[in-house]
Order: sequence, then structure tokens, then C-alpha cells
Amino acid sequence: MRVAERPSAAHEKEASVRFEISDLNFYYGAKQAVFGLNLKIPKNKVTALIGPSGCGKSTFLRTLNRMNETIRNTRVVGNILLDGQSILNMDVVKLRRRVGMVFQRPNPFPKSIYDNVAYGLRINGYSGRLDDLVEHSLKRAALWEEVKDALHKSAFALSGGQQQRLCIARALAVDPEVLLLDEPCSALDPVTTAKIEELMFQLKDSCTMAIVTHNMQQAARASDFTAFMLDGKLIEHNETSKLFTTPQDPRTEAYITGRFG
Amino acid sequence: MSSVRLIWRKSVNAVMLTLTGVAAFGVVCILFLILGYFVYNGGRSLNWAFFTRLPTPVGESGGGMANAIIGSLKLLFLAALIGLPVGLMAGVYLAEFGGKAFAFVIRYTTDLLNGVPSIVIGIFAYSLAVAPVKHFSTLAGGLALGIMVVPITLRATEEFLRAVPGSLREGAMALGASKWRTIATVVLPAAAGGIITGMLLSLARVAGETAPLLFTALGNRFWSPGWSQPTAALPLMIYEYAISAYDDWHRQAWAAGLVLLAIVLLANLGCRMALGRRGMPRSS
Amino acid sequence: MSTTATTIDRAAPPEVGPRAFIRRLRDGDEIAHVVTLVFAAAILLITSLLVYELWMDSRLSRAKFGWDFFWTRTWDPIFDHFGALPFIYGTLVTSVVSLMIAVPLGLAAAVFLAELAPRRLSDGIAFLIDLLAAIPSVIYGLLGIFVVVPLMRTVIGPALKAVLGKLPLFGGPNYGVGFLTAGIVLAIMVVPFIISVSREVLLTVPGDQREAALALGATRWEATWQVVVPWARTGIMGSVFLALARALGETMAVTMVIGNDPKVSASLFAPGYTIAAVIANEFTEATGDLYLSALIELGLVLFLMTFILNGLARILIVATERGGGHPS
Repeated sequence: MRVAERPSAAHEKEASVRFEISDLNFYYGAKQAVFGLNLKIPKNKVTALIGPSGCGKSTFLRTLNRMNETIRNTRVVGNILLDGQSILNMDVVKLRRRVGMVFQRPNPFPKSIYDNVAYGLRINGYSGRLDDLVEHSLKRAALWEEVKDALHKSAFALSGGQQQRLCIARALAVDPEVLLLDEPCSALDPVTTAKIEELMFQLKDSCTMAIVTHNMQQAARASDFTAFMLDGKLIEHNETSKLFTTPQDPRTEAYITGRFG
Repeated sequence: MSSVRLIWRKSVNAVMLTLTGVAAFGVVCILFLILGYFVYNGGRSLNWAFFTRLPTPVGESGGGMANAIIGSLKLLFLAALIGLPVGLMAGVYLAEFGGKAFAFVIRYTTDLLNGVPSIVIGIFAYSLAVAPVKHFSTLAGGLALGIMVVPITLRATEEFLRAVPGSLREGAMALGASKWRTIATVVLPAAAGGIITGMLLSLARVAGETAPLLFTALGNRFWSPGWSQPTAALPLMIYEYAISAYDDWHRQAWAAGLVLLAIVLLANLGCRMALGRRGMPRSS
Repeated sequence: MSTTATTIDRAAPPEVGPRAFIRRLRDGDEIAHVVTLVFAAAILLITSLLVYELWMDSRLSRAKFGWDFFWTRTWDPIFDHFGALPFIYGTLVTSVVSLMIAVPLGLAAAVFLAELAPRRLSDGIAFLIDLLAAIPSVIYGLLGIFVVVPLMRTVIGPALKAVLGKLPLFGGPNYGVGFLTAGIVLAIMVVPFIISVSREVLLTVPGDQREAALALGATRWEATWQVVVPWARTGIMGSVFLALARALGETMAVTMVIGNDPKVSASLFAPGYTIAAVIANEFTEATGDLYLSALIELGLVLFLMTFILNGLARILIVATERGGGHPS
């Protein structure tokens, strides 16, 4: 198994790396789900994680903000460094403020649009300029124009695509350095999906993103780097254009040409 | 975000989560405290005489509650006779025959009946069975308890009948069985375990009821032959002895309480374990 | 047995008409239908009869006292002057006190069972708590008399008086029996219902609500209290109404510890009376038709109160079970 590293790609990654994962092993009880994973996630770029169902990409993503700890009997072995600091020793509440997450199905709280976005701010003790921060987040999520006159309305009054953008706004409100997206468009229609991909393009200057996706075209369109996983192992990781046009590993090629998965 | 605030949030987190655990275990402790009290206080006074002797006049020791035990058994027998068939048959109707509107009305009414305070049921039984004949009786007490048995039995019957898979019914009907025959020979037997358990639970519940007996069965210091005289019952005796001023009676009340508690809890334990994970439909 | 020729069978039974009915009757299915229907209708009959009897048997009292019945304080069997106020007051006070103890306690325990405890432990404890719900009222009454009342007299009462004795709520002498004692005993009796229903409702909250809150950096408590519990708020309200309906109708345990004194008092230490308790105590002693009628009118009032509450509770709980209020 060779991980392709072109000089230019290596230079890019060395220059600014947000997450450095080395030798990561993850266990659900006795069952191992991730095997010896080594990956560097570059700053202010979009990294896509692709692979067939059950390959461990979502599990891996969730270790980055330690969401797997909500499941009983899980174990993380290895190193995950965020800007040089190990996240496993960090306070988990602090970590999650720096590393936000958007889920597969939109899950807004049963509160108003305003209160949804403000939630993260309120629990972290921001006060005062809440209105400005809410507006800023909704603008970053490209939702402001559509909801600015209805902020007090229930989040459930929005369409599915709008709800997902609301969840993105909610996650952005606390100004995370990293945003993890776990198949955020799988429940959405193509038009909305395109909107969200556009959003990701605009956000990456200020926010590192890692996105798990089932949709290879989406990975090809929207990401700068792509990592291909299979059976809990990282098979290949490269700049997106290179991985899709000249995959180094035969399994990668088999997957992206649709021969399996 | 300051770290002071973070420390505060984490402390609140730890305290509140601990409190919820304390609450849960506290409530469970109450159960064990109750059991402990009754085993300790009641166990000391429980003896053979308790089960075989009649109550003695105040001041004399050595009395028992034989008549109350028999009385309770007679009342339960009547309650079963009156309430179980009604609950069962009505449950069969709701599960197998009912039309939507009428079934809804029946279900709603049953829930209503289930929520009526037991003392009001006692008033009802009084006006039906005591007032017209101007004397209290075992029959009236059995009637009151029987009415209370109906909603629980009905719920259990309906739910367990509905749970029988359609494939079983179709199998019988494909062999030419008529609807009632299918119900009687295939569906009911399949649901029998749950239904019987539900019936036992309903009887366990009314076994401990006191209020509806206060002015129907009334209570009795002696044997009550037949069905048309007032009768003693275990819960009634507990009540009467507990509020009395005599230590001997207090001790007997604890003993009787222990017996009642044991019966009710063992019945509940047994039934719930027999039902396994699914449990009883909630008879709220 | 098959025939290829079609014949018109003159002896074939008609499909409609009285003869057809009798044939279906003999088939047994109709009988079964009718028989079970009769039993089902019997329930309607019983319940209607119950309401009817309550209404008719209280007519003497209703005619004499009218609406004044509800705010008259006197309960005087000697002069045949009856008013329901002390009993309604007592019923409400004891129920409110019991809820003020049982709701926080029950909700906290339900949160623990639904959110924190591993599933097996949660099921085990829930099972034990269901057993608590099965314990008869008179057993709680016995404990009330011999455990709670002395405790109130010697420990709880003096402690409360030391801290809050200046308030009229905690004024007056403390004999051990009274509103507060009854409230405490009632609280223990209704807390299993709150726990059981709230736990079930909390378990239906979608997991990704909690995850969304945690992913934003909320602590576990914040996620639970600010997101999960509000989602289940309707069902939890339903459990409270349910508990309230139970508390209103509880008879034996209350009458054994409340002091049985038909007075409206400001102090929680004072003895009082509830509707169920006065019926229990005085029904068999009621001399005179008016006396009895007044007691039955009280029974009617109690019936209506629990009827309304149970109805509301059911609506709320069913609404939550259907995921009501939240598009999923």
C-alpha cells in the first residue's frame, strides 16, 4: 500500500496542517473499525473522505471531535493532533467549540431560527452582540437573505435544505477552526446540494473542512484533497484532481470507476 | 470564552448529573426501605395464630386475621367472576370485531373507568348493591372490585390479541375455520399467556384496594358466611388496626401489611418477569 | 367434489333477509360478534350508570346548596349545612405539595434512567420503580402513620420551622399530621408514574438532537436540560397530569396522615381534609339523606376533576408518542 506524495502536494501539506493523525486505531468494544490510520488534514482546504459503506470514514470523522465518546465501550488508540496539541488530552468541551460538526440529517433544535444559531453562543457565554453574530453566521451559511425577516419562526418551518444550512450556520456561530461534515447532502436534492458545495468553497478560506461523502462526483467537485478508505484503512490520499485522474492504488481505481462500493 | 466560565459549566454538569443519579437511586431505596420496614415490623408479629384465629376483643392478645384472609379471597373470587369475563369478551370484541367509531368509544370509556378514583367506584357499588337492600355485603364489595378489574383485563386482552400475527389467523381460516372458531381455538390460545398474566395483575391490584370496600363490604370481626353479609378483608383490617390506639393491633397491622405486600409484589414480579421485555400495555 | 355443469339450486339459501340472518347466526360468527359486543356495551352501560348515579344521588345536596357548595367553608352535619371548600382546598394543597416534591425528583430520576444509565441498569431500575407503583395505598398509609408522621414531628417539622418558621406557610403547631405530611406521602406514591412515563418519553427523543448539542460544545447536562428535555416537554407534562389525577383520588394513605379536620388553613403543618378522605371517613356515619347526598356530590366533583385531568394527560402523552409537534 503506497500513499502517493507528489512534491507539490507534500509542500502544500507541510506548509500548514490543521489535523495530524498518526497511527490511529479505533475499537467498538472488541471490534476494530479503524486500523493504523495516518493522515494530515491541511489548513483552510476541503478534504473529502470517500469509500464504500462501512469502511470507517464516518467513524474516523467522529474521532476528530470525539463524538464517538457518546457511544459506550469505544476506544481510541493513537495520536490526533490539532495544531500540534493532542485532542485526546484536551478538554472535550473546548475541543468541540473549535471543531464543529454538521450531521447527515438536518437536526435543528425545536426553537426559533435565531435561538438555534444563538445556542452555541449562549452556552459559551457570549453576550451582547448576539444579533450581529447571528446575522454574520447566517450570512456565512448563505441563509440570511431567506430568513432575515422570520428569525423568530420555528426552525421546522424551513425546508430540508434550509434546515441543513441552518445547522451549518449554527455550527459556524461559535467560529470553529474546523468544520466536520458527515454526508451533509445525502438527504437533500441536487439544487440544494449545489448551494451547499458553493458554500463550502466560500467558507474554506476561514475554516478547514473535512467532509465524508458517498458521492464521488461531489468529492471531485468540491474538495481539494481526497482520502480513500477501505475496511478501516486509509488506502490513498492525494490532491483531488490527481487521485481521480491518476489513482496510484488499484483499489482506489476500482472504487472510483464504480466497480464496487 | 473564559476558563472560569468553563470551570463553572463543568461543575454544574458534574453536580446536576450526580443529582439525577441520586434521585434515581433514592427512589429505588424507598422501595427497599418499605420492604425492610415491613419485613422487620411485620415479620416479628407473624405467626400461625395470625392465619388461623379470629380477631379477639380489644385488649386480648393472640388474635389473628383468618376471617380477613378468607374474606379477601372471597372478594377476589367475586371480582374475578364479575370482571374477568367482561374484560375478556370486550377485549375480544375490540381486537377482532370492532368497528372504528364504536371501538374508539369503548376504549375511551374504559380508560375513563380506569381513571375513576376507587372511592367513587365504592360509591357506585354502594348505590347499586347496598342502598336498595339496605345492608352491606360481600357481594357489593365484589362488585366494586369487579368493576375495577375490567379496564386492566380489557387492555391486556386487546393488546395481546392484536399481537398475534395475521399469518396464524389466515392459516386457520384457509383450513375452513369460521371466524369465531379461529379466535377460540387459535388466536386466544396464542395470546393466552399475556392475557392470563394481565388478569392476574388486575387481581393483584384490587387485592390491595381498601377504599371501595369501606362502604360495601364494610368489614366484620367474625366469620361472614355466604355472600350477603359484610365481610372482613385484609386491607380493611390493616386500616382499622393502624388507626387504632392499641399496640397489639398495630403489630397485627404490620403483619397483615407484610402479607398483603408479599402477595402483591410477588404477583407483580412474577407476572412482569413472565411477560419479559414487552411488559404490560400501560394502564395509565 | 366438483361439477362441470352449473345447476340452479332451488334449495340454496337466500343471501338477504331474515332467513339469511338466522343462517349466519347458526354459523356462530354472528353469535360471537353479538356476545362480545354485548360485553363491550356493558362497559358503556356501567360507566353511564356510574355518572347517572352520582348525579342523581347528589340531587338533594345540589338542589339545596347550588353553586355555593363550592365556596362554603362550613361542614356541619348537625345543622345540615355542608360546604365543599375545605375538601377542595385540602385536595388541591396536598396534590400541589406532592407534585412540588415528586416532579423534580421524578424528572431527575427519569433523566438519569433515559440519558445516563446503561440500558440494562436503566431497565432494571425502571422495573423496580414499577413495583413501587403497584404497592397498595393502605401500605403507604401504614408507613405514613408510623414513619413519616413521627419524622415530621421530630425532624422535618422543627428543621423547616427553624429556617422558614416566620412564614404563615410554616406557622402554627406541628403535630406530625397535616397537609405537608400528606403531601410527602402522596409524592412517594406518584413519583413512580412520573418516572415511568417521562423515561419512556425521553427515550423517544431522536439521538441526533443530543449529538447536535454536544457537537456545539455543550456539556452533557446542558445538552440534556436545554435540548433533550424540552423536546420531550409535552409528554413530561402529560406524566405530571397523570400523577396529579392519581394524587387527587388517593384515599387511604391521605386519610391516615392528614388529620381529618375540615378546615382551610394557611399552614402546611395544620391538619386538613380531602374529598376522598371525608367520603371514606363519614360515608357510613352519614345520618340523613342530605348528609349522604352532600358526600356523593363531593364524589361527583372528584370524578369530574380526575376525568378532565386524565383526558388532558392522555392527549399530551399520545401526542408525544406520535412524535407530535416535531416533524421528524
